[in-house]
This record gives sequence, C-alpha cells and structure tokens, in this order.
Amino acid sequence: MTNYKSLYQEVILDHNKKPRNYGAIEHPSHHAVGHNPLCGDHISVDVDLGDERINNIAFQGESCAICKASASMMTTAVKGKTRAEAETLIQEFLAMATGKLTHNACPNIGRLAVFAGVSDLPTRVKCAILPWHTLSGAFNAVETTSTEAEEDPMHAPIGDA
Amino acid sequence: MSEIQAALKFKSPSAFDFERIRADFPILNLAVNDKPLVYLDNAASSQMPQQVIDRLVRYQTTQHANINRAVHHLSEVATSEFEEARRKLQHFINAKEEREVIFTSGTTDAINLVMHGYGRKFIGAGDEIILTTLEHHSNIVPWQMLAEEKGAKIRVVPINDAGELLIDEYEKLFNERTKFVGVMHVSNALGTINPIKEMIAFAHARGVPVLVDGAQATPHMKVDVQDLDCDFYAFSGHKLCGPTGIGILYGRAALLENMQPFKGGGDMILSVTFEKTLYNTIPHKFEAGTPPIAAAIGLGAAVDYLSEIGMDAIAAYELSLLKNATEQINAMPGVRILGTAEHKAAVLSFAVDGVHPHDIGTLLNQEGIAVRTGHHCAQPIMQRLHVPATSRASFAFYNSMDEVDALIAGIRTVQKIFT
Repeated sequence: MTNYKSLYQEVILDHNKKPRNYGAIEHPSHHAVGHNPLCGDHISVDVDLGDERINNIAFQGESCAICKASASMMTTAVKGKTRAEAETLIQEFLAMATGKLTHNACPNIGRLAVFAGVSDLPTRVKCAILPWHTLSGAFNAVETTSTEAEEDPMHAPIGDA
Repeated sequence: MSEIQAALKFKSPSAFDFERIRADFPILNLAVNDKPLVYLDNAASSQMPQQVIDRLVRYQTTQHANINRAVHHLSEVATSEFEEARRKLQHFINAKEEREVIFTSGTTDAINLVMHGYGRKFIGAGDEIILTTLEHHSNIVPWQMLAEEKGAKIRVVPINDAGELLIDEYEKLFNERTKFVGVMHVSNALGTINPIKEMIAFAHARGVPVLVDGAQATPHMKVDVQDLDCDFYAFSGHKLCGPTGIGILYGRAALLENMQPFKGGGDMILSVTFEKTLYNTIPHKFEAGTPPIAAAIGLGAAVDYLSEIGMDAIAAYELSLLKNATEQINAMPGVRILGTAEHKAAVLSFAVDGVHPHDIGTLLNQEGIAVRTGHHCAQPIMQRLHVPATSRASFAFYNSMDEVDALIAGIRTVQKIFT
C-alpha cells in the first residue's frame, strides 16, 4: 500500500498552487472539455498544434489538486512535442495511472512518475487521468469527454448514497 | 476535557453506556493506514453490531427456507420470523397496522414503489408534484420520470443560506393542481431537520398526500408515523445498523389498497390464469418474488438493538457530538460549515478554503478517518450553495468524543499540507 502522503508531494502541491499554462488560447486548433461527473470537476484544454509540433497548450477549470497538478504537468510535458509524441505520452500516463504499467516501463514518463501512486487509489485515478483524457479528446475532435465515457479505461461508475 | 465530555461522564451509565455500546461493533476495532479507524460516514451506511451479525448467522444456520410456500418446518419458521420482523418494524415507527409495513430493497425502491403504484394511477397531465431543494436524487428522479411520462410538473421548495426550507414558499406552491408532496425528513447533505409535521398538516388541509424520505431520520431520532400523520414513509435498513438490500415503505392502508402493484410475480398474487390475475392483499401485493428474508430478520434485530438503547438517548448523545464538532470547526480559520439550520441531526458538511473535498477525503483517509466527499447525491443543494462538492462527517451513537477530536486534528493536517 502506497503511503498516500507520497502522492501529495512537493511537486504536485506546487503545480496545484501555481498551475503552469493556466488559461485559454485565443484561436486554438484543438479544444475539448473533460468532465468527471462523480465529483463535478471539469477542465478545458486548448491546443495550438502547428504542422510539426504543439506550439502552445493551456488548460483551465475547477478541480482537485491531483487533477490540476496532472493538467499543469501535462501541459509542460507536451509543449513543443509532436502530436505523435504527445499521444505516446498519453498512453503511457494512462497505463501508469491505471496500474497496467509501472513507471519504470514507461520510457517517456519522466517527472510524471510522481503520479504512479494514484494507481493504488481507485477513487482518485480519474482525477489524475481527466486532463490526459481531455487532451486525447481534443486531438480527436471530441469536444466533450467524460471519465464515464465508454472508451474510458477506468469506466466503472461508483454509486453512492 | 470539554464541557460536554465532563457532562457525559457524570451521566448515569445505564442511560447511555458508551463503552458497552462501542464494544458491540467489531468493525470499529479495525486499523486503516496504521491508524485506528474513525468511521464518520454513517449517513452513507452505518455499521452493524455483533447482535445483528449473530442474528443473521442464527437465521442462516438454523432457520432458512423460502417463506409463504411450503408446509415443512423450516419454511414455517422462516415465514414466522420474517413476519415477526415486520411487527418489530411496525412498532419501531409506531405504524397502526403491520400490513402497512412493506419490505422493499431500500429507500430508493420504496419511493419508486410509490411513484409506480400511486403516482402512475393518480397523477396526470397538468398535475403538480411538490419536492424540495434538499431532496436526495432518489426522491427527485422517480418523480421526474413520472412527470415526463404523464406531462405533470415538478415544483420545488427553495432553501435559505442556512439550508432550511422556506415554509412560506412551500405554502405558496399549492394550488388546485397540486397532487403530491415528496419531502425528506432529515437532509443527508446538510443535516437539516425539516418541519415535516407542519408541512404534512398543511398539505392534508388541501387534500394532498405526502411521502417522507426518512432514510436519514430513522437512524437519529424517534419516528412516529401516526404522530407525523404522513401517508408514506420510506427508509433503509443499512443506515439503521441493519443489512443492505432491505428497506421499508410505510403506507397508510387505505392508500396502499387502492394502489397498483409495482412489480409482478410470485407472492403478490391470489390466483393467476392467462385470462385474469387476482392480486394479493397488502402488504404482499407489493412484495413480489422471494424477499431478502435474512436481511429483513437482521433489520428486525437491528431495531430491537436500537430500541433497547432508546432512540431518545441516541438523539441526545449524537447532538452532543454534533455540538462539540460544530464548536471546534467554527473556531478554525479557513473552515466553513455548510448547513447551519437551527434544527440539525448529527451530519456536518464542511469546506476548507483552497482545498478540494476529494483531496480532503484522501488525506483524512490517510489518518484513518472515513468521511464522505462529493455531491452526496444532492446536486441541487450543491448548485444552490455554489459549491461543486463538500466533505461530510456524519456521526452515529457509537462515535466517541475522541473521534471528533481526531477529525479536527485531521482537518488541521490537511490545512498544513496545503499551505
């Protein structure tokens, strides 16, 4: 069992407090909004994708620290990368956060390995993957996506009282 | 030692023997993340005392068979124990007759029964149903489904900033098209105790029946359906120290007799031919199929357990927990209580400045503290209070004053991490 405190590390708390690339892009080439209906959180992701690379990326919305830090670190990680490189990173992040791969098995994951511990917290995995899910939606012209969507790797509604 | 703790110490132990009660709940001895479990999610589901666990084991090891069917020994025993459980529940809510007590799978199932059995028969196009902003989704969605099917309309009683229903507005909603009122007794999200007796009297003066969602009231206070004069009262077993999968619909006999069955099948019939089926009498008309027999008997044992302690003693003790927690949270900078009604049950929703409820929930869990975070299946309240979600600590009579202190210390830890 991972010590939960390890998830709330300095780097995640810092990105939550001072999110990078927070806001909107005026004329994005790609855009999507992601919802987590379980908690009501939502974030939007704007991308300016040039011929070769991601020139600019921004996000904004209401979310918990895990989601906001994940979004912030995602934007810094993919900015300047090609779409193909970003898509590889999305796959690696989703696989790591859902526990399908260890962070050691993800060659491009780098500092995003701080989110590896979330795979031990099934109720929080969705918080971490929402930004990545939304970026994937933006690339594929899916303007609204949800952690409860059919294609969601974590599709497992959690009921409550 | 707080004033309340001191006061309790001098209280007669026979009135409310906390240590003895606490020892009845084996699950409370668990450790979570190497810390003693502090279970403060009782509004979602309560824990089960050993007495109820033992009753389930005794039923399953010595009494189980299907009910209302065979003439053999076990079937007779199971039938008799099942009906005995119904009588226990009848007395628990002081229903006039045992046939007014219907076993359902829970509060949601009970409300859906009323929607299908009463609503679909007696509510039509242009009719109006009054609900409140405080309702749990289970007392909203069935009525929306009915309104959509029939062309009926839902009217909603607003709340003030404290989370109290605006009774003047409630009264103004009535007109000649008003056909039904659905209201919760105690708010699961904010703890507000609604003045349902007065609301029922007002509706009855206009000939309108009232369904009360009592899921959060029955665990915290003495409920008397005859005194309330309600037409329907729904509640769940698993919030009452009983098993999941069992709940109760109380309904006035005269109304139940005129209602359509909800589910068709075995047990709910007198005779079946392909030409015509005759329905059974109440309550059996509404209990199609083999019921959760063990769960019903377990719930009977649970209300015996609660009655032995006394619902008034439980209410008084829980209020001392709530008062202590409220005072301590009010003294904390950066923490705000949501739901400050004058009359509240031991449910405490709160927000911590700059920290999302889900982060609070995860970090409190690290301290072994179980609270609920989210919208509590009451999104209209969250919209009204302009918050996406809250954190909620809900207390039971087996929670200690030390556990209140643990919660406060846990919130301080959360604040420290996020500063």
